[in-house]
Amino acid sequence: MIRVEHLTKTFGEIQAVRDVTFEVGMGEIFAFLGPNGAGKTTTIKMLTTLLRPTGGKIEIDGLDPSTQQNEVRKRFGIVFQDPSLDDELTALENLELHGALYEVPRKTRVERSESLLKLFELWERRNDPVKQFSGGMRRRLEIARSLLHVPKIIFLDEPTLGLDPQTRNQLWAQVKKLNEEERVTVFLTTHYMDEADRTAHRIAIIDHGTIVAMGTPAELKQQTNSDSLEGAFLALTGNTIRSESADSAQSLRNMAQMWRKKR
Amino acid sequence: MTTIYVLWLRQVKRYLRSRPRIIASLGQPLLYLLSFGFGFGAIFAKAGQGNYIQFLAPGMIGMTILFTSIFSGIELMFDRQFGFLKEMLVAPQPRLLLMIGRTLGGATTAIFQGVIVVVICMLCGFRPTSLLGIPLAFGYMVLISVMFTALGTAIACSLSDMQGFQMVMNFLVMPIYFLSGALFPLTNIPVVMKFFAAIDPLTYGVDGMRSALIHQGVFGELVDIAVLGGLTLAFLAIGARQFSRIEA
Repeated sequence: MIRVEHLTKTFGEIQAVRDVTFEVGMGEIFAFLGPNGAGKTTTIKMLTTLLRPTGGKIEIDGLDPSTQQNEVRKRFGIVFQDPSLDDELTALENLELHGALYEVPRKTRVERSESLLKLFELWERRNDPVKQFSGGMRRRLEIARSLLHVPKIIFLDEPTLGLDPQTRNQLWAQVKKLNEEERVTVFLTTHYMDEADRTAHRIAIIDHGTIVAMGTPAELKQQTNSDSLEGAFLALTGNTIRSESADSAQSLRNMAQMWRKKR
Repeated sequence: MTTIYVLWLRQVKRYLRSRPRIIASLGQPLLYLLSFGFGFGAIFAKAGQGNYIQFLAPGMIGMTILFTSIFSGIELMFDRQFGFLKEMLVAPQPRLLLMIGRTLGGATTAIFQGVIVVVICMLCGFRPTSLLGIPLAFGYMVLISVMFTALGTAIACSLSDMQGFQMVMNFLVMPIYFLSGALFPLTNIPVVMKFFAAIDPLTYGVDGMRSALIHQGVFGELVDIAVLGGLTLAFLAIGARQFSRIEA
């Protein structure tokens, strides 16, 4: 479903992603883990057509995102690391807008909006502006929105960041249910290792822009003689705290700005 | 067309739901109209220029549309900051349609504001010389609003943070407003000011509205329409080009 070969992205002097290669099968839950600034979000942005790779090849459902952008975009849904809802619009209006942008026929989008809002327990609040929603409700709405156009793949970039344990558990349970019932391929990133351990079929660990290990959670633990995925993660990426002066989205923008200046 | 419509509707809904924004953006034209209109009215009349409120009203309408349009375009920066831009950029739609939808939505909100200021001006004593000029003045309002929303979008695509917004206001929007002849007649001014007025896009909008509403234009309606039409297309093209290159 996703094939990445020798993927590279540079911003001026900074090499954010270096020679990354992996494959994700249909119906698989694939976790892409790494410390802050490792290259996770940059990779997701390239997979989702938001950034052009500097080198390498990407295939999404057999299509090339650099030449078949809109066809690729129809095939995936995405929940970004930062919120991306319109706070002034209601939950239903956010879904309606998304459905129209993805050319979902009106009747289908009305029916699907209702079923998704019910699935994510937001139907009662459908006519409330999103600015009145809690963090967990917003995240649930973003996942519902990403599924409205019936994508084959869903990208979840740290979807549980800042959520309480109850909401996180509920959210992952819903993601697993979707994966099992609708065979949606899930590509996720998270800093919560226990979540990745419980949810993902396979995991890739990226550090300094390079994949340092890949396998099932059990394989990674065995490979590093660790009891937990967190232990395996630390064994593979070290204990040094990564310095990040800004949040990853901002640092990416700064890098992009620098890149534009250099050009 | 659906893409353009839904993004237009989004902008309009956001505007109508933000009452503080509507009220706040009317404060400035109202203040200018009352202080300048009534404050300088007597001097203006003594200088043989006629009724200052009549003269000032098209300038106030132009000012309101200028500020609202530029702000609507620059709202793109808020979309970037608060994440909605990414939702638009991953949608399977040509960026040109996304840009046109946003621009028309922003322009519509600017026209709403402009119409409210027309009503305020009339309450302050402004009277159009002929009713036939009103549809033509509305046409100028549409051109000004689309032109400046597209300019705002182009600027927002190039700015990386909100601090740049104040710079745009001080070094672009305020000079555009003050040099446009919104507050004073363009006849009998120094050559240097005449030059800056001539290269100011708003000058032709204010002049066109003045010509349509009170028959006091300087350049002639053909010139006004040609310049505004040309600049609107140019700014739309620049805005579309900048938007097509934007990264979330």
